Amino acid sequence: MLRAHAEHAFAAELAALAERDDRPRPTRWKLSPWAVATYLLGGTLPDGTIITPKYVGPRRIIEVAVTTLATDRALLLLGVPGTAKTWVSEHLAAAVSGDSTLLVQGTAGTPEEAIRYGWNYARLLAHGPSRDALVPSPVMRAMAEGMTARVEELTRIPADVQDTLITILSEKTLPVPELGQEVQAVRGFNLIATANDRDRGVNDLSSALRRRFNTVVLPLPESADAEVDIVSRRVDQIGRSLDLPTAPDAIDEIRRVVTVFRELRDGVTTDGRTKLKSPSGTLSTAEAISVVTNGLALAAHFGDGVLRASDVAAGILGAVVRDPAADRVIWQEYLEAVVRERDGWTDFYRACREVSA
Amino acid sequence: MTGRGEGEGEGEEATTCGGPLLLGVRHHGPGSARAVRAALDAARPRVVLIEGPPEADELIPLAADEDMRPPVALLAHAVDEPGRSVFWPLAGFSPEWVAIRWALAHGVPARFIDLPATHTLAWGERTAAQPEGPASQSDEPAEEAVRGDPLGALAEAAGYDDAERWWEDVIEHRGTGGDVFAPFAVLEEAMGALREVYGTGGHDRDPVREAYMRSQLRAAQKEFGDEAVAVVCGAWHVPALREKRTVTADRALLKGLPKVKADMTWVPWTHRRLARAGGYGAGIESPGWYGHLFDAPDRPVERWLTKVAGLLREEDRIVSPAHVIEAVRLAETLAAMRGRPLPGLTETTDAVRAVMCEGSDVPLSLVRDRLVVGDVLGEVPASAPAVPLQRDLARAQRRLRLKPEALERELELDLRKENDAERGRLLHRLRLLGIEWGEPSASRGSTGTFRETWRLRWEPELAVRVAEAGVWGTTVLAAAMAKAEADAVTAGSLADITALAERCLLAELPDALPVVMRVLADRAALDADVGHLAQALPALVRSLRYGDVRATDTRALAEVAAGLAERVFVGLPPACSALDTDAAQEMRRHVDAVHGAVALLGDAVTAVHAARDGEIRGRWHSVLHVLSRRDTVPGVIRGRALRLLLDDGELAQEEAARLMGLVLSPGTAPADAAAWIEGFVGGGSGGGLLLVHDERLLGLVDAWLTGVPGDAFTDVLPLLRRTFSAYEPGVRRTLGELVRRGPGQRGSAVAGGSGTAGFAADLDGDRADAVLPVVRLLLGLDGADDNDVVGVA
Repeated sequence: MLRAHAEHAFAAELAALAERDDRPRPTRWKLSPWAVATYLLGGTLPDGTIITPKYVGPRRIIEVAVTTLATDRALLLLGVPGTAKTWVSEHLAAAVSGDSTLLVQGTAGTPEEAIRYGWNYARLLAHGPSRDALVPSPVMRAMAEGMTARVEELTRIPADVQDTLITILSEKTLPVPELGQEVQAVRGFNLIATANDRDRGVNDLSSALRRRFNTVVLPLPESADAEVDIVSRRVDQIGRSLDLPTAPDAIDEIRRVVTVFRELRDGVTTDGRTKLKSPSGTLSTAEAISVVTNGLALAAHFGDGVLRASDVAAGILGAVVRDPAADRVIWQEYLEAVVRERDGWTDFYRACREVSA
Repeated sequence: MTGRGEGEGEGEEATTCGGPLLLGVRHHGPGSARAVRAALDAARPRVVLIEGPPEADELIPLAADEDMRPPVALLAHAVDEPGRSVFWPLAGFSPEWVAIRWALAHGVPARFIDLPATHTLAWGERTAAQPEGPASQSDEPAEEAVRGDPLGALAEAAGYDDAERWWEDVIEHRGTGGDVFAPFAVLEEAMGALREVYGTGGHDRDPVREAYMRSQLRAAQKEFGDEAVAVVCGAWHVPALREKRTVTADRALLKGLPKVKADMTWVPWTHRRLARAGGYGAGIESPGWYGHLFDAPDRPVERWLTKVAGLLREEDRIVSPAHVIEAVRLAETLAAMRGRPLPGLTETTDAVRAVMCEGSDVPLSLVRDRLVVGDVLGEVPASAPAVPLQRDLARAQRRLRLKPEALERELELDLRKENDAERGRLLHRLRLLGIEWGEPSASRGSTGTFRETWRLRWEPELAVRVAEAGVWGTTVLAAAMAKAEADAVTAGSLADITALAERCLLAELPDALPVVMRVLADRAALDADVGHLAQALPALVRSLRYGDVRATDTRALAEVAAGLAERVFVGLPPACSALDTDAAQEMRRHVDAVHGAVALLGDAVTAVHAARDGEIRGRWHSVLHVLSRRDTVPGVIRGRALRLLLDDGELAQEEAARLMGLVLSPGTAPADAAAWIEGFVGGGSGGGLLLVHDERLLGLVDAWLTGVPGDAFTDVLPLLRRTFSAYEPGVRRTLGELVRRGPGQRGSAVAGGSGTAGFAADLDGDRADAVLPVVRLLLGLDGADDNDVVGVA
């Protein structure tokens, strides 16, 4: 198996938590809200069991997310790509319901059946409409069994399909008019959706649906060090799977890439003294990772094996300048106003000037 | 001392323990305030003693004035030095304020018993320590935090991050059985324990202050009887006041304290200043929330979230009652999960973010700004004593011999003289504060930067303005500085800020300049309109020049200006493409303005930053090169750019002629070519003379003009007319002569230097020499006075 589900990969931790957990649990929850938060944020149990942190970030975010699920409001996780939305939703479902597989993947082609129910047409034709001919969706199963359902990339789903969630979330019922029946959610049912807030324009949620969600925004890494850490770890993993030779002293260049990304993203230099315009791209951690991986490949195959400014310059330019007119000005301003002045960045400045010219 | 008869004998029944009623409070704590009110109602003391400067005793009745609205502050300042001052801010929910109002409502005397401000101010002189007020809190954490906000420290130890919610939960909701004194007894015990551990918390002055409080307490006890006295003071001081000390020991502590003549008054305060973020070192983070806790009769969280919903609705966000319901549920569950019995500000804020703001911090910051901190502005009755700013102004007026007169008069200042320079600064500072005593007017006679002319007129309502400006500071300088900084932050456009920077320089507020500059740099960085930037640059460079005259340090200014120029350089070429005629004309003016500014800026920056010699000008030239050669740039700008380069000697005449020939070749639309000509030789300085002196260029224009097809000629005619009609008559005539002679003659005209109508063949030496003395005077070579130069010229 290439990848195990969260509830299997961390079964031991979940079991240890469940054993020690003496706080009140909402109906059909495998753990108390407090224990769910501990599972995600990490900690040490009284008996010495170490719970690894699944999410590194502000505690408040996980607390609000877990509490939202406990108040039977649906949870919407927002964030730019690469901020661990799916990861958090999977682990929340695994900790709350012990099952993270009740999943609807949102795409532009997601049909209503994926959220409500479909039909087994062979059976339907042979025996007529009956409960047996019904193919329940993950959401329907979660309602019937009091589990946590997950919807990935909610904003990519067409608006009319999205709106089928309104009845489910407010009335907690799913009518099946063909049978004159309905499926009512039992206690413990809830829904976690993830959405990319850069994609808002794609299929924005209707305000009626939005009202049913509590929204939690997952932020980008708080400090430069944390981000450098994440980037270098992931670059290392990816590099190994691509059989790239490891470059020595790459950490300085990684730090530089992360600095550029953070400064442009935040619209302010790290010393907090100069404001900058932000380009239209997201400049997420994931993109920084791909820029560095790219640079490593360049250095390994066409350079001397050492990651240099010139190896990452083109990648950074591509990540920053998404809109050729506006972003190019922003990038040049950044180069002239910030990079040129910075000590020890001369090689980087020159490399960038070369590729931007 | 009034009200002796009232409430006689009731005190003894209600007080559980003997001795005076000591009410230890949390400064600015609404919970404490409520408890104090209840305790006073029950005990009905005959005198109320409050922690605060005793000099303010006579100001207490003003608290009952109809025009008095908290938040206000007691301000003590040294009479001789208004800049040295101490504030005791009081909000409507401050226990001290509640005690004052209670005493006034019940006709009971109220007295302040803290160490007199006379000494506190003098202390400040010796050690330059921060003001010591009820809310005083130091920067050092740990022990200091315990001393500054002991109840906050206790609450934190109990796992609360909101001391007020802790008070409510632990002190008020825990089976005190309606005994209004129980909370204070419990607190006293806790404080006793804290003080055993922390001692004086590192505050050496506390023993002295407490000795004074004890002596005042003893005096009051002697006057009103042991148990008719109530004391409202910081909880921290209660154990010390309860302690039995000998009178002599206290006297010894109080002996030989330094003194300074002090004056007290009430000044209006704001919630923003109560908040830490407002710059006041000691304060509370959420005055709005505290005010709400104090005013809300019940269900504070529900009411608070309804208020938040109301605010967000006003800002056109869709927030329904269902949102409020869900937010309340989330806040309560969140508190339960965090192991807190009641949701505090943190939980409600988290709930507002997740439910009402869709996870975004942007509307949330609005909530924080408007509600958690709040916009409440206090008011002080007109009968309150004068604010120190007024005194400072009066002193300055005396010193500079600048009397306020209702009659309008004109004042000429020569800024090279110290006294005049100071007068100018004072007037500029007052203008910044909105006190329009003087109005700058154009100087007659001289236009030198060291001259200023003012029209002075003191209107009676200016006194009111001075009083209002008292909010900003205690001296004209400090107030102007604070006002300038505040103005910078709220300024609307980039041009406003550059104007403000100019005024800061004129008023000589170098300390305000960094803030203004930072805001300016921020705005410049985020402004995407090159036009705005180009507009801001000349004013900034002008300020640089003023700064030079006044010998202010303008390094920061020069740096910002250089940064601004850099942004203009980067943004200008893209901004110049695809413009219509009007926009092109405007952009051309921007190019001219930037060019002028860059010339001045180059010198200024070089002076600061020797390594950057000529760099700015060099970069500007390369921008001009780009502009002059890019086809998408309108002709008028291209022509202008080329001309500027030519004038600066960055371009050889031959090259200019080649480029001109290119533009004026038949491939170019006649209208575009005419616009180019307008940019190249029209407007600006010495436009036509270029054509007079370089006949090759004139020849090109001439050849082009004769080649324009007949139907296109009527289109370009207005443009050309606009260009050439602006020339001086002499230049026009000469051009006409040259054209009539025809392009073939140009060789003789340049080489021979003769034959031009109205000019002799050679220089007339005598007449040229006659000019020299004037030139020498103009250049100041023999130290002549400026007025003479003006007179002669």
